[in-house]
Amino acid sequence: MTSPSDFPTPPVPGRLLDVEDVTVFRGDRLVLDGVSLTLDAGDAMILTGPNGAGKSTLLRTISGLRRPDSGEVIRYGNLAWLGHQDALKPGLTLAQNLALAEKLGTNSLPDALEALDLTHLTDLPARLLSSGQKRRAAFARVMLSGAPLWLLDEPTVGLDVASIERLGAVMAAHRAKGGAMIVTTHVPLPLDNTRSHELPSLAHVESFWLS
Amino acid sequence: MTAFLALIDRDLRLAFRFGADTLASLLFFILCGSLFPLALGPSPDLLRHMGPGIIWVCALLACLLPLDRLFGAELEDGSLDLLMLTGPAPAAVAFAKMAAHWLTTGLPLLIASIPLGIMLGVKGSELPLLLLGLAMGTMSLSLLGGMAASIVLGARRGGVLLPLLVLPLATPVLIFGAASSYAGQLATSPAASLDLLGACLFACLPLCPLAAGQGLKAAVG
Repeated sequence: MTSPSDFPTPPVPGRLLDVEDVTVFRGDRLVLDGVSLTLDAGDAMILTGPNGAGKSTLLRTISGLRRPDSGEVIRYGNLAWLGHQDALKPGLTLAQNLALAEKLGTNSLPDALEALDLTHLTDLPARLLSSGQKRRAAFARVMLSGAPLWLLDEPTVGLDVASIERLGAVMAAHRAKGGAMIVTTHVPLPLDNTRSHELPSLAHVESFWLS
Repeated sequence: MTAFLALIDRDLRLAFRFGADTLASLLFFILCGSLFPLALGPSPDLLRHMGPGIIWVCALLACLLPLDRLFGAELEDGSLDLLMLTGPAPAAVAFAKMAAHWLTTGLPLLIASIPLGIMLGVKGSELPLLLLGLAMGTMSLSLLGGMAASIVLGARRGGVLLPLLVLPLATPVLIFGAASSYAGQLATSPAASLDLLGACLFACLPLCPLAAGQGLKAAVG
């Protein structure tokens, strides 16, 4: 985890992220066309758009996994990542799966498990967990990091209503502490004062470029 | 540094939990070595003369077996994304995986080469030299193999490409390693071959993790 001093000073106090005019190609297909957004402490931004609009690509670009083909992503704090895969090893117990995240992060494992109602599953191998329980375990990793900026790709996949409520409470607590998050989702989240950013489908552009 | 050790620790746990990968390369090594006496005939002189060469080639091939899954499993379940984002530097992630590969593949091969060597008639006095050479050789192979595995990561038919990439790069290790192991039989000094084998290892030590780190970054992008 990068220490806070390694990040640039934000232009506005509380600013966590600046995305300026980011364009991304996948192969020769335009996926993101001049996307700009900013995120301040306490914000929750919902990314919307049809399938294939580049929501996951935008998250990967913001995280730094992918380099934008033009434009700039400037982060002013650490990030925590929840991809659409759970990254759990089936043979390891829940605690062993999260051990690395616990070592690298700043928050305590029992607290995170308690908040997500996973305490009774701590010593169970991940292969015995249901898909909703695996999703919550992957979310526990985000909580462990202690990073202010959360990037969540479909956090509610496979979760029941009670778990979504629980997730909403955790997210609200994170915002109250000055954190922020960008979420892609297809189901409504129990969050208030969210901002939303709609990504247009660029499927029609492809034919334009190829003609 | 804690993250680096934690990563090795996690990989060792996984290797013990799924022993099949480790066991497969070990059994391959022993079986492959045991086939030579069947094909070459039971002449003790011939086998003693071929012994170190057989062990070296079998070790090289056995090291290749688990490479395909070294980063492949991490890429498929999304762990690699997390390691690239929150773990140590990409080169350190690659180095930790290579170290874990050596501990779970190279080290068992070293131990198994003792009975295999005795079976092929390698003299007890020649064994320490063989083991020393193999120790350096398998370390170099883990480094080279890890580099190649990260480069073909995400490519279609990566499993076929992998040996084609590793085997040419591993030839110097094989040549100097086997030459050092034959020094006892030929009553020559092993110093020159061991020096060159060590040089291969120390060239791989910084270069392979750096190249592999770049390969991993490209694979998740």
